Amino acid sequence: MDLSNNQAADVLQLKNIHKAFGGVVAIEDFSLNLKAGEIVALVGDNGAGKSTLIKIVSGVHAPTSGTIAIDGQQTSFKDATEARASGIEVVYQDLALADEQAVYMNMFLGREKTKGPFGQLDRKGMVQETEQLVKELDVRIPSAKTTIRNLSGGQRQGVAIARATHWATKLVLLDEPTAALGVAETAKVEENVAALKERNLAVLIISHSLDQVFRLSDRICVLRRGQQIGVRETAKTDKNEIVSMITGV
Amino acid sequence: MQSTMQKLRQLNLSQYVVYIGFLLIFLFFAVTLGNDGFLTQRNLTNIILQTAPITIMAIGLVFVLAAGEIDLSFGSIVAVAALSSAVVLGEYPLFVGVLAGLGVGLAIGFFNGILVAYLRLPSFLVTLATMGLFAGVARSMTNLRSVPVLNESFVNMFGSGALFGVPSLVLWTIGAVALGHFVFRETKFGAHVLATGDNARAAQVTGIKVPHIRVWVLTICGGLAGLAGLLYAGRLQAARYTLGESDLMTVIAAVIIGGTALKGGKGTIIGALVGSLMMGMLNNGLILMGLSVSDQMIVRGVIILIAVAISLRDVNN
Repeated sequence: MDLSNNQAADVLQLKNIHKAFGGVVAIEDFSLNLKAGEIVALVGDNGAGKSTLIKIVSGVHAPTSGTIAIDGQQTSFKDATEARASGIEVVYQDLALADEQAVYMNMFLGREKTKGPFGQLDRKGMVQETEQLVKELDVRIPSAKTTIRNLSGGQRQGVAIARATHWATKLVLLDEPTAALGVAETAKVEENVAALKERNLAVLIISHSLDQVFRLSDRICVLRRGQQIGVRETAKTDKNEIVSMITGV
Repeated sequence: MQSTMQKLRQLNLSQYVVYIGFLLIFLFFAVTLGNDGFLTQRNLTNIILQTAPITIMAIGLVFVLAAGEIDLSFGSIVAVAALSSAVVLGEYPLFVGVLAGLGVGLAIGFFNGILVAYLRLPSFLVTLATMGLFAGVARSMTNLRSVPVLNESFVNMFGSGALFGVPSLVLWTIGAVALGHFVFRETKFGAHVLATGDNARAAQVTGIKVPHIRVWVLTICGGLAGLAGLLYAGRLQAARYTLGESDLMTVIAAVIIGGTALKGGKGTIIGALVGSLMMGMLNNGLILMGLSVSDQMIVRGVIILIAVAISLRDVNN
């Protein structure tokens, strides 16, 4: 399939994704397209297959069958590193930050800037870029040199999202980014997510909070026990419909 | 006043324990043993010379602990490496003997690393086993006999020699500390070691090859234990299966007191150096005080206990 001439090629195209672990079917037949600057929410009960789907898109799991295309180019990621190289970043529920390290080292974790003939860490450069980025995204942290351990949950999630923003060129996946946060912190993180849209990134977000889903998303995709129940435009649906799609009642 | 107290409490005490402890112990011995030769230049130099193998091992252990692993086998590696080197030097030239010692250290460390990284066995158990295994190998290699080292250039290089008036053991210490500090603190590899020990999953998802890091740190530790073995063999002009046998506690204490976290993600080479010197000074002072060997062990144990308790206090909070 060659879509390279198609100007409006979607950033992400999932077609007939099927995933089974041994005999257990986790995802039945899932298809979804995401455009740049679009936020799609993935909702469903526990065990519906949302996290599995995120893992497939981020290269952690390979689909049993079905195709993934990035910018119209069909791809199959061998591992998460390849997905990252294609411009896909993930923000995990449990953060994936190194607590004892400074904010700037986490921002560049695994992709540190170096300088000089001996490959010295360019701490100054990393601190500067981090400070600029957290300022742009309005993540309020004392300094780029602060240790993650000394930050609040919301600040940490802010750092995790800032990191994804920095490195993603196409798509950001968020797996319940506000599950562990208070009200004010959640609002702040939602601002950070909305800022991803302004940067013309595609966003796929898992959330258990329907309020949040309706505040943030352009479209809502419902999963139930591995089956894709449907996709709705957020502006043209309401909570009742989504709830009944989730529960099947 | 209260805010001062709070600031004091927020100060990461463990980072400075080693320097304060070093000064206190130095002052104590300077006052009590001032007339017994503690402060003579010869004695102070001697402390540094005796500490050299400890410092070298401590550098390796910083990498291992910072990566969230542990190595208990380095003491046995010291003996096997020293004996290998001494035996090979009996028939072959200098560089073959050096390669034998270092190679054996690197190989055992690599073996530890493969078991830990790819079979996912806990490093505590792997290195506990290899500690016993290679202690046995060291004993059987020469049937408990010690092997003299007669190669003069080897003895000069790793023992009693000097360059521009600086004893070779001091040069090895400075070189290893400088290189270790640079790699640990200034390179990507050092950052990846810390990230692996801090949060292996986070390191993994950001593309750091966590198993490679685990193999590397244990290999580095083995290689440095090999070097420590050469230094012992050079200084004593002989190798024996007992070399390194009693260094396990000393090195671990030096590293922890120096400010490296037992649970990974934090470490300092300079702290480990000062910790090692502190342990060496303690050893030296207790001997000069005329304590019997058993009393020395007790006092040293108590002091290590206090220092480790202070070092770990704020980690537990």
